[in-house]
Amino acid sequence: MIYFDNAATSWPKPPGVAETMMHFLSDVGANPGRAAHRRAVEAGRIVYDAREAVAELFNAPDPLRVAFGKNVTEALNLALRGYLRPGDHVVTSSMEHNSMMRPLRALERQDGPSSGGVRVTVVACSPQGVLDPADVEAAIRPDTKLVALNHASNVVGTLLPVAEVGAICRERGLLLLVDAAQTGGAYPLDMQADLIDLLAFTGHKSLGGPMGTGGLIVGQRVDETQIEPLIRGGTGSRSEHEEQPDFLPDVFESGTPNAVGLAGLEAGVRWVLERGVEQIRTHEVALTRRLIGGLKNIPGVTVYGGHDAELQTATVSFNVAGMEPSEVGLRLDDEYGVLCRVGLHCAPAAHKTLGTFPVGTVRFGLGAFNAAHEVDKAVSAVAALAQEAK
Amino acid sequence: MTGHQYAVILVHSTSHAIRAEKLLHRAGVACKMIPVPRHLSSDCGVCLRLERTETAAAREVLQAAGMDLVGVHDI
Repeated sequence: MIYFDNAATSWPKPPGVAETMMHFLSDVGANPGRAAHRRAVEAGRIVYDAREAVAELFNAPDPLRVAFGKNVTEALNLALRGYLRPGDHVVTSSMEHNSMMRPLRALERQDGPSSGGVRVTVVACSPQGVLDPADVEAAIRPDTKLVALNHASNVVGTLLPVAEVGAICRERGLLLLVDAAQTGGAYPLDMQADLIDLLAFTGHKSLGGPMGTGGLIVGQRVDETQIEPLIRGGTGSRSEHEEQPDFLPDVFESGTPNAVGLAGLEAGVRWVLERGVEQIRTHEVALTRRLIGGLKNIPGVTVYGGHDAELQTATVSFNVAGMEPSEVGLRLDDEYGVLCRVGLHCAPAAHKTLGTFPVGTVRFGLGAFNAAHEVDKAVSAVAALAQEAK
Repeated sequence: MTGHQYAVILVHSTSHAIRAEKLLHRAGVACKMIPVPRHLSSDCGVCLRLERTETAAAREVLQAAGMDLVGVHDI
């Protein structure tokens, strides 16, 4: 079997992730931050260690500014719904995933279409998925409060120029929210150097953690009291008050956290840090170059995006002339053991930009554990299907 | 108890207490995480206990790291 669905969730997980989670369930088990006994404190330390690992990976200003949640979608909802007020304007791109688009569209409609909703400008990217920072700058208005972008497309892997946009945001007094779902752990990302104010991440892709882990990192320029929490409840702190605490990370972390998942996340991120993001990136660039080169040489195959491995993640989308993406996906699985994802990938805006809406594409999402021989086998399989579809 | 005169440092939450403990250990200031004494707070959390003579040094380390201290009390 060849697992090429890492853009959806990574597999396998790095060594130690499953064992760490088992250790938590078998030998720790207590509720972090909810009591002062030794097991509760140990659970608290495990969650804190995960905070520290994530902060180190993204060069966050302070581990306590990492607020955990269940995934990047929740983190984006927290940032968008928590920070934007009726009448505010936000700039985003035409390459976004629905985790960004759907909360924005809902905010746009709130209080009726013509009254007080949030105003959204979607800046068009090129048909290769490239965003020009000058177009973002041109879209900024006096009422703009936020620029919200993914760091890389989940459909074609195209990297967006977040640092350049970050510089524009600093100059214009705006915040920059980045969805790092596709790049965290796979591409160097430094919150401070890249001028990112709010960084939404997910644990279960290139960070190597389990599903149900993610969060929002709140940069130093952001006043957290200006972000309304999505939910309120017990935090293990300020228990004498019926009001939600206003400090990080507790303000955004009500209810018992996924401590077993965060134990696994810490192990995953430590593996990434030990191997080094640069080294993972080099490996994935080589695989991506091999994959794009192989697919482009097959008659009848169209590869989308910029065709330059250096300017994208290890996610490649293509179509086979004469065969529906769903058919390609099914046959790759059934006949060749290649597991991938077909269709629209929860990103209709991106597919419209690429010209692949509503049919979609076949997506190969490579990861740190894939190897060149797997790429070659998958390319041969696609070539066989393309030959047949002629 | 002879020879020991303790103080406690109260912070916002367990996460803050763990961060403070790490910072103090790194700076060579001995401390121990204990439940918050009932007479100081009705909260269910933890705080850091240390020798009274270390409180000034501890304050300096934690404030240099930008930590917000809820209180420092002799116990």
